[in-house]
Amino acid sequence: MSNRVLMKGNEAFAEAAVQAGCKYFFGYPITPQNEIPEYMSKRLPEVGGVYLQAESEVAGINMIFGAAGTGFRTLISSSSPGISLMSEGISYITAAELPCVIINVMRGGPGLGGILPAQSDYFQATKGGGHGDYRLLTLAPGTLQEATEFIMMAFDLAEYYRNPVMILADGFMGQMMEAIEFKKVKLNYDIPDPKEWAIGYMAERGKRALIKSLSLDPEMLEKHNQKLQEKYRRMEEKEVRYESVGVEDADVVIAAYGTTARIAKSSIKKLRDQGMKVGLIRPQSLYPFPYKPFNDLPDGVKHVLVVEMSCGQMIEDVKLGVQGKVPVSFYGRCGGMAPSVEEIEEAAKKLLG
Amino acid sequence: MAEVKIFERPKSMTDVSTHYCPGCTHGIVHRLVAEVIDELGIQEKTAGVAPVGCAVLLYNYINTDMYEAAHGRAPAVATGCKRVRPDLTVFTYQGDGDLASIGAAEIVHAANRGENITVIFINNAIYGMTGGQMAPTTLLKQRTTTCPFGRDPKANGYPIRVAEMLATLEAPGYIARVTVARPKYVIKAKEAIKKAFQTQIDGKGFSLVEVLSTCPTNWGMRPTEALKWLEENMIPYYPLGEFKLPN
Repeated sequence: MSNRVLMKGNEAFAEAAVQAGCKYFFGYPITPQNEIPEYMSKRLPEVGGVYLQAESEVAGINMIFGAAGTGFRTLISSSSPGISLMSEGISYITAAELPCVIINVMRGGPGLGGILPAQSDYFQATKGGGHGDYRLLTLAPGTLQEATEFIMMAFDLAEYYRNPVMILADGFMGQMMEAIEFKKVKLNYDIPDPKEWAIGYMAERGKRALIKSLSLDPEMLEKHNQKLQEKYRRMEEKEVRYESVGVEDADVVIAAYGTTARIAKSSIKKLRDQGMKVGLIRPQSLYPFPYKPFNDLPDGVKHVLVVEMSCGQMIEDVKLGVQGKVPVSFYGRCGGMAPSVEEIEEAAKKLLG
Repeated sequence: MAEVKIFERPKSMTDVSTHYCPGCTHGIVHRLVAEVIDELGIQEKTAGVAPVGCAVLLYNYINTDMYEAAHGRAPAVATGCKRVRPDLTVFTYQGDGDLASIGAAEIVHAANRGENITVIFINNAIYGMTGGQMAPTTLLKQRTTTCPFGRDPKANGYPIRVAEMLATLEAPGYIARVTVARPKYVIKAKEAIKKAFQTQIDGKGFSLVEVLSTCPTNWGMRPTEALKWLEENMIPYYPLGEFKLPN
């Protein structure tokens, strides 16, 4: 008998977190992610956890700072403008090396923008958002099934690296329903015991905990930055994830992530049915970005087409990977508009000549 | 004759010199907090949250588990900690720029939720660390580097009475205003701080002690003049007393 259940994306994200042992959620309403806090408000009391509605995203992320400092698993979710508000707090959390998981169910921007799906927070997630030299381990699931697995994995990654992990989803994924099987995902990593560093174990440890980011001595601050950078280099070695389909014989390779990759897969099927050789590289980790498959494209590949629900953000990383070996083109829709199967098909056909 | 120790550094205070200016009253308040933590026997079960401002280095002086929060966000950080670890005693220590200006939303909502935390609020009517700019608590006609002709209510509104404002809310358990301008006041201040921590330990919700303090450096006064100025100018506008008591 299958254990599959039909669930809405946002609720599935929340349930995956609960099944990963997350008992503490601090949130603030914003469309299109409202089902996450709504689900948590009734689910977390069942597992002896706490749901708390913050007065703002700014307060919410700082509640996470306080909660994550105790070493327990914490989750916060929002959508694009809310993530902007959290960015200062995220910078502090990375500086203080606290683990937590952040879900961004992206909507169209800039500004208040709209409430429909977009992928225009790629730069924000992977290149900073907040101030200072920090990185967020950023995972971009392609289906709801994959999202639940990535969310469970994200808690292990966050604790292993003591760094926040962002799940970069979009409004489609939050709002769609799909059959999901909640599989137990557990990384075989040696995760340090939070009692070694967290708040609340002064007696056991014989030493107090200090959760902070201030460092007035420039040499100390440089050292701290170097330590963080060394951690990011380890992530770049170990945490690159991507899916590659039909690249070996391809004339054109499409690069897309999340929902856009899913649409592109339908386009590629139609193109292949017509005898056209098109492949797909789907980054699953956006930071660290999979530069290698783009650097190692087979000789037969004549063109790379990047498709995003943005005005062109991931394309910059794709170009860094391709290193000018073949031309890189872009097709994007934005503001809540999504590229259709036919539009991507057309864009690829133009490159195939 | 055997020596009898009659005075010592509280256990909950580290053995380092503070960075505060001569005549600053932060040191007195730090000590009172540490003495109260010792007397309640909660050193190893306490988490403090330092603000952004002169007291940002509080974590170097209070010898308990400590966080250092973003500017104004200490009540949110304390909330996150307390909700996960209700067995810990959690306190914030915030200045008037941190609490009454940039952190106004966080303090109001933490108080309104009856968040079971303790807040030590230092009101010295000015921004200290950044060099003496106008605070929400700056008195009318008081000169600062950003109201060089004196605070004008037409441009900057009136000084906020935080204790009274928060006492209008239903949820808080204990709210008081004290000062440390003279020894007689220091004794009362310690009583209030102890009551605030006890309110939390008893599970009676949010507690806040506003402490009228001096900033001789940025007020441009000698320490003794500053204490006198506080008594003559701050106390009349910010009356001392208890505004809310636990049920």
